Amino acid sequence: MMELLTAEQLDKFTVQVAGLEHPRELIIDLLRSVQDNHGWVPDEGVALVAKILGLTPLEVEEVATFYDKIFRQPVGRYPIHICDSICCWSRGGDALATHLREHLGIDFGETTADGLFTLLPSCCLGACGRAPAIMVGQNTYGPLTTDDADRIVDALRQEAQG
Amino acid sequence: MKQTEQLLFKNRRPGETAFLKEYEGSGGYLGLKKAVREMTPKEVCELVKASGLRGRGGAGFPTGVKWSFFPAENPGPKYLVCNCDEMEPGTYKDGELLKADPHQLVEGMIIAAYAMQIDTGYIFIRYAYKEQFAYLERAIVEATEAGYLGKDILGSGFGFELHVHGSAGRYILGEETALLNGLEGKRPNPRSKPPFPAVRGLFGRPTTVNNVETLANIQHIVNGGAVWFKDLALTVEGAGTKLYGLSGHLEQTACFELPVGISLRELIDDYGGGVWQGRAFKSCLPGGASTPFLTADNLDVALDYQTLEAVGSRFGTAGVTVFDDRTCMVAVTLNLIRFFARESCGWCTPCRDGLPLVVWLLEKIERGQGTDDDLQMLKAQHRNICGNSFCALAEGAMGPVDGLLSNFEQEVVDHIQKGRCPFTA
Repeated sequence: MMELLTAEQLDKFTVQVAGLEHPRELIIDLLRSVQDNHGWVPDEGVALVAKILGLTPLEVEEVATFYDKIFRQPVGRYPIHICDSICCWSRGGDALATHLREHLGIDFGETTADGLFTLLPSCCLGACGRAPAIMVGQNTYGPLTTDDADRIVDALRQEAQG
Repeated sequence: MKQTEQLLFKNRRPGETAFLKEYEGSGGYLGLKKAVREMTPKEVCELVKASGLRGRGGAGFPTGVKWSFFPAENPGPKYLVCNCDEMEPGTYKDGELLKADPHQLVEGMIIAAYAMQIDTGYIFIRYAYKEQFAYLERAIVEATEAGYLGKDILGSGFGFELHVHGSAGRYILGEETALLNGLEGKRPNPRSKPPFPAVRGLFGRPTTVNNVETLANIQHIVNGGAVWFKDLALTVEGAGTKLYGLSGHLEQTACFELPVGISLRELIDDYGGGVWQGRAFKSCLPGGASTPFLTADNLDVALDYQTLEAVGSRFGTAGVTVFDDRTCMVAVTLNLIRFFARESCGWCTPCRDGLPLVVWLLEKIERGQGTDDDLQMLKAQHRNICGNSFCALAEGAMGPVDGLLSNFEQEVVDHIQKGRCPFTA
């Protein structure tokens, strides 16, 4: 979780940048790589991406802050995105969100004390036929009862311990 | 229930993905071979125009007409961009298609690029579609190794390279000019039009942006011809099949490939298994969150572009979200507008400030604290936002408000008169 980019990634991106007419098109790839390694994108990550692309940190910041799946603040190891759009709402999404907040003891935007889970409201996950749905990291689950959601959380806790 | 010929979902099996061997075994890449060996680029364009195919991403613009605006003869780089942002609530068809058969999109894009003499393509795919991203990357490697992508495709002299770009969230990226800014690595606010992307698009070069399902239809049109494709639809004006994604209060919520022009009733009863828990149908969004609500009076409407416009709604993405008779339409509209307000990029005032005001009004009405003045203000906001925003997001957001005011105004009035939501105990 410490390194922003591995030496291998740094080499790969440096080669790519040299071969591209518009290297800026790599900005999301770079930010997502930093986030995959570090869990979120700290100021040093913004500065590193800016340096690789020959941009100012501000130019990177204005892109990074636009996207809701780029985290500019620390999040838990497993960010849980709960869909609150219409299809999930119509099939119990609200109750699922309330349950997860109670079960984890945190509100939206907060992280559990053990650093494992962050709850985030999310727009439609493209799982409308499997409502209500959540996405943990980039894995989508649905349709979920509250018991199903508990089982997912428990399994992730075990994974973190193992 | 008549069996529909499956084009796009031909290779769809539960839990499986078709790759090159299976795709070729089912006639894959025959369309590409026919196009580059037997047809001129202009002939492909004309064929797509004659087929009547309309954009499947929501706007429904005739694809062949869009292509005919493209300056194919211009020298220098030109781009084909596939829009797989797919973040309109109720819409999940492109994700289903790519999970089942990613080569459908790759082949369609190569033929489209040939028709417009485009050298480079990008598939812009949403963050949540991690599996589909991986399937597309594999399909591109396979297609390149088989000689369908790269320089001098099938000895035709035509070359095309294809990349996948994984995004990082936000609904506005589905707006084509915001998407182009996103691809360029800029802050993805929409751009003003004109200039349209065909004139100045990605990196300032001529660009065509098409939806996944639109592009996946191209090889079928090349193989089967324009008349055959038009005849797949049940309406006179319609063309082709459509991927319908069912959601909401139905017994079964899945995605089906069915003819354009199937009736709403048949879709709900035969494919959705009817309204859930034995309840009655009240309303639905016929094509995603921005399409005005239909009512039980519309159950026999044919699902197609003109027919839905005639009843005050739109075909949109054909993501059909159904609501049963216990649903409060003020609450539904509030949920939808909250989505649009949160996803506004904040660039223009009607959207940035107008949508939160609509949320505030609907919350007040839903709480039972609304007044007649609030209803008048809701109507005024609807008028003021429509036609005055920088891009189509805010206009789309007014679709549900439009549907609420045209079809369920009495329900709004009931909230105001009773001083509470009539649907809560």
